[in-house]
Amino acid sequence: MQKRLILDSRLLDIMISRLCQQLIENHHTFSESVMLGLQPRGIFLAERIRQRIKALTNIVVPLGYLDATFYRDDFRRRETPLKPNATRVPFIIENHNVVLIDDVLFTGRTVRAALDAMTAFGRPKKVELLVLIDRKYSRDLPIEPNYVGRHVNSILSQRILVEWKEQGAADDNIWLINP
Amino acid sequence: MQQLSVKHLLGIKGLTRPDIELIFETADTFKEVLNRPIKKVPSLRDITIANVFFENSTRTRLSFELAQKRLSADVINFSSSSSSVKKGETLLDTVNNILAMKVDMIVMRHSSPGSPHFLAKHISANIVNAGDGTHEHPTQALLDGFSIREKHGEVGGKKVAIIGDILHSRVALSNIFALQKLGAQVMVCGPVTLLPRYIRELGVQVELDVRKALQWCDVANVLRIQLERQQIKYFPSLREYSLYYGINKALLDSLDKEITIMHPGPINRGVELTSDAADSHHSIILNQVENGVAIRMAVLYLLAQSR
Repeated sequence: MQKRLILDSRLLDIMISRLCQQLIENHHTFSESVMLGLQPRGIFLAERIRQRIKALTNIVVPLGYLDATFYRDDFRRRETPLKPNATRVPFIIENHNVVLIDDVLFTGRTVRAALDAMTAFGRPKKVELLVLIDRKYSRDLPIEPNYVGRHVNSILSQRILVEWKEQGAADDNIWLINP
Repeated sequence: MQQLSVKHLLGIKGLTRPDIELIFETADTFKEVLNRPIKKVPSLRDITIANVFFENSTRTRLSFELAQKRLSADVINFSSSSSSVKKGETLLDTVNNILAMKVDMIVMRHSSPGSPHFLAKHISANIVNAGDGTHEHPTQALLDGFSIREKHGEVGGKKVAIIGDILHSRVALSNIFALQKLGAQVMVCGPVTLLPRYIRELGVQVELDVRKALQWCDVANVLRIQLERQQIKYFPSLREYSLYYGINKALLDSLDKEITIMHPGPINRGVELTSDAADSHHSIILNQVENGVAIRMAVLYLLAQSR
């Protein structure tokens, strides 16, 4: 197995700043906007983004955690069981602009499930997708992100490993793994 | 990734502590689902479940059916009183006919202890025991443990007294197994005629005085007097039982301690619990009912993945 570093903590920090600037440009005061981090690892990126927006604008954007496990289309088709994570959406999303946040966009199936999961909390006005890594040419569904940290060309057998300090890693690092 | 060590939920005896903890963690997420505006998820939309009840039931059956519908499963119901069982069909034939209709899971209640174990040896569908005679009632024990965990933070280290008709109760046996696996201390309390002879061999304390039992415990799980299972008289009268073993608000207040009252239902009001005790702040009986749906959703969800 080989692994190649595609983002280190310094680049990640710059990238998060840039993504926040793009969000601020489109959402202005965030008065009708909320963010939903996708479980399990999208929540770490979402928390960083919320903190950075607060540092830049002094605005605290409502942030929830959304778990799409119960809405996946591969239930009972996987070799490993699907264990759900906590969902916490302590605000109304009806008629709000929702930004879904995840670390890696691959086949698009998780985002499809997340869109279903989100509608259990109401009908949003608009939904956008922000991802740190967009694996190009690997989509099973017609889902594209609105905000992208980095596009990565990868083949199906490769894997993206995201290490967050919040999960106990020594530093933030994102790797491309070759089998 | 964690998964259940069993393919069927036949009893608590066959579960490990990690199994029980996995069920609780999964039930936590389903409890959140049950409090959403849309209380339904599509996880089991390709699964058909048959609720096969050879014995009467209200809340267990409703709770299972609601859990199945919240998970988007297709549900069929069967009760022996209106079926060919009355014509002499055997249990295995009945269930095999149901399975021929491409049913994936069976939730069964039966008056004979061990009947789900027998069935599990002969059919391929997942089986959930919804009560087998006086043997086990695993989902009730799971929801009881879950409710204690919710109220007290954890089950381990807590003192739980099971009070009442231990002899005829499947809830008592499943509770003893579940609570002990989770690290609680368990006491049983009731008239000596309603205590199984070898109950001490399960590692539980035995107390005949209900006041002493209440003084000892953090949680009192009060059981229903099962008159329908009693072929002979085990105590002189209901009035005498309620005088010696009935729990009322005055008794709880006189203890000068916080105590949690549980009951698997249905309550014989005025016999094992008076209304002022059953409806007091000590009681978490309705929380048990609410948690029952989340626990049953968790069990069905986890078993569906172990097929």
